[in-house]
Amino acid sequence: MKVMIIGATSAIAHEVSRCFAADNAALFLVARNAEKLAAAADDLKVLGASQVETYCADLADLSTHGALIEAGKTALGGIDAVLIAHGVLGDQQAAQQSVEATLELFHVNAVSYISLLTLLANHFEAQKQGSLAVIGSVAGDRGRGSNYIYGAAKGAVALFTGGVRNRLAKVGVAVVTVKPGFVDTPMTAGMKKNLLFAKPAQVGKRIYAAMLKGEDIVYTPPFWMLIMFIIRNIPERIFKKLKL
Amino acid sequence: MSRSYQSWGNYPKAKHQRVIPIHWRDALPDLQALEGSLLPYGYGRSYGDSCLNENGTLLDITPLNRYIAFDAETGVIRCEGGVLFADLLNYIVPRGWFLPTTPGTKFVSVGGAIANDVHGKNHHVAGTFGRHVTCFELLRSDGTRLMCSPTENADLFSATIGGLGLTGIILWAEFKLRRIQGPYIAQEKIRFGGIDEFFDISEASDKDYEYTVAWVDCVSSGDKLGRGIFIRGNNAWHHKLPGKSATPKTLLTAPFDLPSFALNLHTVRAFNEVYYHALLTKVQRKIVPYDPFFYPLDMINEWNKFYGNAGFLQYQFVVPYASDRGAIKEILRQISTSGVVSFLAVLKVFGDVKSPGMLSFPRPGVTLALDFPYRGAPTLRLLDRLDQIVRECGGAIYPAKDARMSPQMFEASFPNWRAFSPHVDPKFSSSFWRRVMQQPASGK
Repeated sequence: MKVMIIGATSAIAHEVSRCFAADNAALFLVARNAEKLAAAADDLKVLGASQVETYCADLADLSTHGALIEAGKTALGGIDAVLIAHGVLGDQQAAQQSVEATLELFHVNAVSYISLLTLLANHFEAQKQGSLAVIGSVAGDRGRGSNYIYGAAKGAVALFTGGVRNRLAKVGVAVVTVKPGFVDTPMTAGMKKNLLFAKPAQVGKRIYAAMLKGEDIVYTPPFWMLIMFIIRNIPERIFKKLKL
Repeated sequence: MSRSYQSWGNYPKAKHQRVIPIHWRDALPDLQALEGSLLPYGYGRSYGDSCLNENGTLLDITPLNRYIAFDAETGVIRCEGGVLFADLLNYIVPRGWFLPTTPGTKFVSVGGAIANDVHGKNHHVAGTFGRHVTCFELLRSDGTRLMCSPTENADLFSATIGGLGLTGIILWAEFKLRRIQGPYIAQEKIRFGGIDEFFDISEASDKDYEYTVAWVDCVSSGDKLGRGIFIRGNNAWHHKLPGKSATPKTLLTAPFDLPSFALNLHTVRAFNEVYYHALLTKVQRKIVPYDPFFYPLDMINEWNKFYGNAGFLQYQFVVPYASDRGAIKEILRQISTSGVVSFLAVLKVFGDVKSPGMLSFPRPGVTLALDFPYRGAPTLRLLDRLDQIVRECGGAIYPAKDARMSPQMFEASFPNWRAFSPHVDPKFSSSFWRRVMQQPASGK
């Protein structure tokens, strides 16, 4: 199994990598920070990965995308599965005062995904098999005053991924939209933790299973499916008055 | 799940200024810039206040959970300080290796195992966990990162083993695993009628059995005083045992805090009667998976909730070998007449394998661990009385379990503390340390 993990130093992505490593997969890890990448790579080698290659890239720079995918193909001798998992939660309060900051968040969380998905969709369409998983978010299911910049980006990713899934289903390629709820990771370090928070390992195992089975849309932990069903169905005239 | 950042005994309860997670060993927060005192916190399995830092900062090290290197030939493993024993076991046991020694729960971190210099059922042959540590990297609050081993920064190496997290953060550690044939234990349970019989069996078992421990009934009095079950075992040769999966499983979760009267003299007496007589023959031999052998209580998630919201105190002491029989008998007599109930009572003879740790608890002698539901002053008074007996025998109390020993008792238990205290990081402190050092509550 040849697996590319984009945003490999994110806590959720690393847990997915660990599951593949235990299966002796070959891994190509992409992230910005070389030291963190090295720490992640050592862990995966010990856990059983047959090969681990690392690649440093600033994913906000779209011009790196073509090269990194080619580098992955060359290093592993092909790619069977890809997880796209990088992202920035951002500071909604600060960003809503600035067009530049808002668009920058949208760029990292949505535009860079659209760029990677476009390139990878063509790779998988030609290959006619494989699994492509994308980290969305429950925040993308509805616009909320407290978090709509990140939410809108994740919503765009979900819609775009849905289209890619529809297209690639014809050639038997699995495209998985993952919608995690709150996960206890560095991204949420500033948030107050409550009972809704899940451990990255639990979420990672779920994503790994969904990639192998070729599922479509995965809420994780599963109770978020029910929560978001309710959230999506609250009439807007009531929803707009809620503090969410 | 949310984390509560209390100790396992739920007594005392602490409030912390803030909790800072440590995610990467190469992207560390500036500890010097943080106000107040700091203390590393792992999975919170210390019973008392040694893992608490009232009004201070906790540094949550559990995200530091990566492996760094494993040599499958020699069994030397290097991993970050927050790696959980339970995860480590899932990795090493199928590869034919086991922990050099393990405490009675697998939900502890590697860093915590070093900081408390934990011991297990094989102490008489293997010594403490710290004895198997070859080196580690220590982060001090001024940002320096020190490689510590028996030859490099040797003093800090010794201070950190058993150093209760006060010397800095263990970013990663390297230690030697033990080869095993398979995941099973050949176990023997032997009923004993009293303390003298316990010592006879223990002495006879030390040479031929890697693992020894005993359960003691401490609510029975008279001629039943000190009766119990001796449990001993060795690694079995079996790789597989049909019908007996070696895969650990959690059986149930304590769903909520039980009302505090659930564990009383009558329920415990009834349990003990049943448990003691459940062993129908004098000796029972069985091949069991390693998990229930080493971690019987881990099968009930959050079993500490059985003690209710008031929490409980664990009391573990060691008394030197020469004086052991008299002291143990006296303590068991005191408990059985006090009306205070200990649900769990574990007895074990320590060996003389020396630990490099300055504040290491185990020493040649016999150790007894007891759990008491916290009932306020009567509980504390009983434990003070027990302290006196332990102290007169030249014994010691285990800090990892303690929430109440006096500064005098601490000094008597650890005369080495004077050599230790210069190695405490100037910004690090804990509720425990301030208590036994008689420092003001606000910390340094």
